[in-house]
Amino acid sequence: MSDAAIPAPAPQAAAPERNRAGLLDVFLTFLQIGATSFGGGVVAYLRSALVGKKKWFDDVEFLELTSISNTLPGLNATNMSILAGDRLCGTAGSIAAMLGMCLPAFVFMTVAGILYGAQHGSSRHIVTAALAGVAAAAVGLIAATWYQIGKKSVKGFYDAFFILAAVLGINHFKFSVPEVLLAVGAVAIFAYRPRPPQKPPEEESEEQWISSLR
Amino acid sequence: MDQLAAIAGVFAYLSLLTIGGGMAAYPAMKTMVVDVHHWVTNDQLVHIYSVGQMSPGPNMMMVAGLGVMTAWLPGAAIAALAFFVPTGILTFVVGRIWNRLANWPWRDSIQRGLGPVAIGLAVAGLLTFGRSSIHGWVTLAVALIVFFVTVRTKVNPALLILGGAFVGVIALR
Repeated sequence: MSDAAIPAPAPQAAAPERNRAGLLDVFLTFLQIGATSFGGGVVAYLRSALVGKKKWFDDVEFLELTSISNTLPGLNATNMSILAGDRLCGTAGSIAAMLGMCLPAFVFMTVAGILYGAQHGSSRHIVTAALAGVAAAAVGLIAATWYQIGKKSVKGFYDAFFILAAVLGINHFKFSVPEVLLAVGAVAIFAYRPRPPQKPPEEESEEQWISSLR
Repeated sequence: MDQLAAIAGVFAYLSLLTIGGGMAAYPAMKTMVVDVHHWVTNDQLVHIYSVGQMSPGPNMMMVAGLGVMTAWLPGAAIAALAFFVPTGILTFVVGRIWNRLANWPWRDSIQRGLGPVAIGLAVAGLLTFGRSSIHGWVTLAVALIVFFVTVRTKVNPALLILGGAFVGVIALR
């Protein structure tokens, strides 16, 4: 298995062993995902390529990467590329994966920005109308994405309270995003602070207290 | 030169706010690029953000679109680097020490606590975005249809976005 010079006897790789990755292979794999992952949900594309096709990770490790990625600022697509690339080929792998993931979108958006800025005359009305439709569709799409995340992860009074606090803080009280992030974030992290495991009765009574407020 | 420095500063700042995704930073992005620096109009921001939803890869690469409209190709490059490199380095470092953090009791607290905050920030961003993009029953109907189709079926969202463009050309001209 460890001898890379001998070509493996093709795809009988039913064994759960993980394949090793070369730097160019990492770049090309992420480039392909970066160029074809239309419609968001890059994580699903990554999983099918890295866990499914390439067998570079198993599901447990992939899930661990997504949980690191979710906790940090930055987008899932790029955070996942950096984390996976590093595990596969170290620092160089991390850069290769990030570049591969980003290059197609960079070209796409730069060209789009140039075309959008250059339009004039009658074509302008058509482009503006099309983009108004796209913007409306984007609202529905993003709402659906967060609805699905929320349905899976929101549990109980605390979570609902922190969501409401963030929404009202920005849209009603007009606080800035960093102010809300720091304030609500700090309170939320404190609410889920580590607790000594030897005192379960106290936690229960606290839950009763919370539910008595509803 | 001053403008490129301003682009770098603004997008590096915005990137730190993208907890749970790009939508969290949208209200701050609107403030910075429309109200403070006047790089684009509110409509242009909505349009470029929407085009980003059609892009493969990270959809927040729409910052390159804003950059190119503000300061041509250097603007696009600076905006993209400023937006993706600082958080990228942070992710890289945390990824390396993550296992050492495994026994740090606050790790779970941070993960658990930031979950609902990320959802709240995204909803707030979506409300800000929606206020600029939903006017009238056509846009409202498009948004609702896309929402229900996405929740109920597995249609590729890119097709729904294209459908939105089609409806726009027919009904919103």
